[in-house]
Amino acid sequence: MGLFTEAFLTSLVLGAVVAGIPLLLAGLGEQLSEKAGVLNIGLEGMMLIGAYMGFLIAYVSGSTTLGFVFGALGGMAVAAIMALLCVRLGLNQIVIGIALTLGAEGITALLHNIQFSRTYPRLDAMDTLPIPFLSGIPVIGPAVFDRPVIVYIAILLVFVMIYLFRATHLGSALQAAGDKPAALDAAGVDVIRTRTVAVLCTGLFAGLGGAFMSIVGAGVFVPFMTHGNGFIGIVLAMLARGKPLWVLGGALLFGACLSMTTALQVAGVDIPTDVIQMLPFAMVMLVVILAGRRASLPLALGSSYVRGAR
Amino acid sequence: MSAAQTTRTADKPTEAPPEHRREWAHMALITIGPVVVALVIGGLGLIAMGGNPLTSYSYVAGRGLVSPSGLPATLTRVGPPVPIAASPIGALPAGVSDLGGDGAVPLGAVLVAAAGPALVEIFPVWIVLIVGLLIGAVVGMLWSVVPALLRAYQGVNEIITTLMMTFLGVSLANVLVKLAFLDPTTTVPQTRTLPVEDRLPRLFDTTVSSGLLIGLAVIIVVHLVMTRTAFGLKLRVVGANSKAAIHAGLPVPLLTVMVFGISAALAGLAGAVDILGTQGNVRADWNPAYSLTVVPLVFLARFNGFGTIAFVFLFSVLLIGGESAARKLGVPNYFSLVIVAILLVVLGLTEYLDQRRQQKVRN
Repeated sequence: MGLFTEAFLTSLVLGAVVAGIPLLLAGLGEQLSEKAGVLNIGLEGMMLIGAYMGFLIAYVSGSTTLGFVFGALGGMAVAAIMALLCVRLGLNQIVIGIALTLGAEGITALLHNIQFSRTYPRLDAMDTLPIPFLSGIPVIGPAVFDRPVIVYIAILLVFVMIYLFRATHLGSALQAAGDKPAALDAAGVDVIRTRTVAVLCTGLFAGLGGAFMSIVGAGVFVPFMTHGNGFIGIVLAMLARGKPLWVLGGALLFGACLSMTTALQVAGVDIPTDVIQMLPFAMVMLVVILAGRRASLPLALGSSYVRGAR
Repeated sequence: MSAAQTTRTADKPTEAPPEHRREWAHMALITIGPVVVALVIGGLGLIAMGGNPLTSYSYVAGRGLVSPSGLPATLTRVGPPVPIAASPIGALPAGVSDLGGDGAVPLGAVLVAAAGPALVEIFPVWIVLIVGLLIGAVVGMLWSVVPALLRAYQGVNEIITTLMMTFLGVSLANVLVKLAFLDPTTTVPQTRTLPVEDRLPRLFDTTVSSGLLIGLAVIIVVHLVMTRTAFGLKLRVVGANSKAAIHAGLPVPLLTVMVFGISAALAGLAGAVDILGTQGNVRADWNPAYSLTVVPLVFLARFNGFGTIAFVFLFSVLLIGGESAARKLGVPNYFSLVIVAILLVVLGLTEYLDQRRQQKVRN
């Protein structure tokens, strides 16, 4: 079939990586929160602030590295509000999550309107760091191993998370905070602090993911640009059952679906974008229908911890 | 800090008025106080941006409420979100976090918009309207079948599945508009338009559609069912403790499926009301997405129908006033999003402080 030319495959894999990395970062972040028992519906807002801050700082300072740092900090700032309100004070996680997303949408759109709505400045494409030898592989090489450094960092984070969950004290503390917070408390570990750390890391990851979208993906900030990516991240984390590698796989799969439009256009096939946009979601539903029974979530997910309460 | 002041003022009416009057005053204060606080915080933001909060707010209030077209415009806008708000009032206390409304609304709307102009050529208007409302409700219900069965019989978390169905529904609605039900007479990608005289009647020579009455009726019925009937009690028991409900012999999976069905039917109904009452057609890429905004409002009204109506009304005043203010004053419209966000946070904080205070009183 003429569809599977090298150009098509390369653009498909490349698209999967570019669209998948923000999902990967957001999904890994959400996984941390969910493991610790906090359902983080504000993920979309954290990504959006990350996208805005990342773009702003990268544009003003001319340094994409600085952009990523501030994007991550921006996401963390939103997460700090979430941690304060939902973890410390125990407010409803869904209400605050939606509020944070709405607020982030409004604030970034406002600031964008004031600063950039007339000029729409763009960032230059980021320098790539080809990995010697590996980048020479056809299709995979240019698409995966000749990317900006941040892509490698994101993939490395998957393995950092695996190590964290499997082999560290913090990893088991996170798990306990999500499954049986009272037991963790009895073991002398502060539940509130554990969950706060988890939520802050979520913000960091999501902010980084958002910054990736504006700095690497689009090269420009557009209001509402995260476009449901945060919600896909939540779904990825729930489907991954606490396994970081599954988040990676899911993110690439979703990324491939999201970028299918461009890839098909390269191949000269014309399918309405709306149909293609349904692909990733239809796929998730299929996976859930087939494997739903075994999906497991932390027992205390979504409920705030009050010491001594029954 | 500002929220703490609100509760302090809430303590004030202790000069021994009758018990229930004190309770009402208390309720009013913990509801209105946060609104004031949110507007003040928003105002500080406006000043920081070089705007004048007083002129903006008075303009918003004028446009949203006082001006001759303001109140009807606001009421017209309240129409669609009101039945949507009925949906979480039924679902959330039953332990079902159905976030799928934003998919059911456009999907129901598209099919109603497709069927309406065709039916109206054959049947009298009142049949078309009733059938239209039914189509919306049934489409919404069908769209929730998969998440409902997965949740009830496989225990799959409905937040994932309903969000997925939302994204799917929005895209599918678009596909239907662009590929199946395109109006051949215009170049605008939209469905055929239901003539104004064939829509839901308007109230008293205004632009307010009687769809608003449908919405209010639905919300009050759901409220009464949840608080005053055995069925509502069963649902609340399932929501409070599903294990206890099983022990009590309640058919928990069946009740869960029913909750999904009702909740999604109400969302589809909201889409139908919007088309039959106000819009008349569906444009491509139309995605109102108000259901996700209504969910927190329902939480904050503590699943109370009347409280929800008040919050939805306030929300609509902010939106519509915000829109005209944006046009008039050059303040970007996104500002009302920020105000709503601040409002949600402050309301949440107020509730937290209020509960703490009540605990102290009890101890």
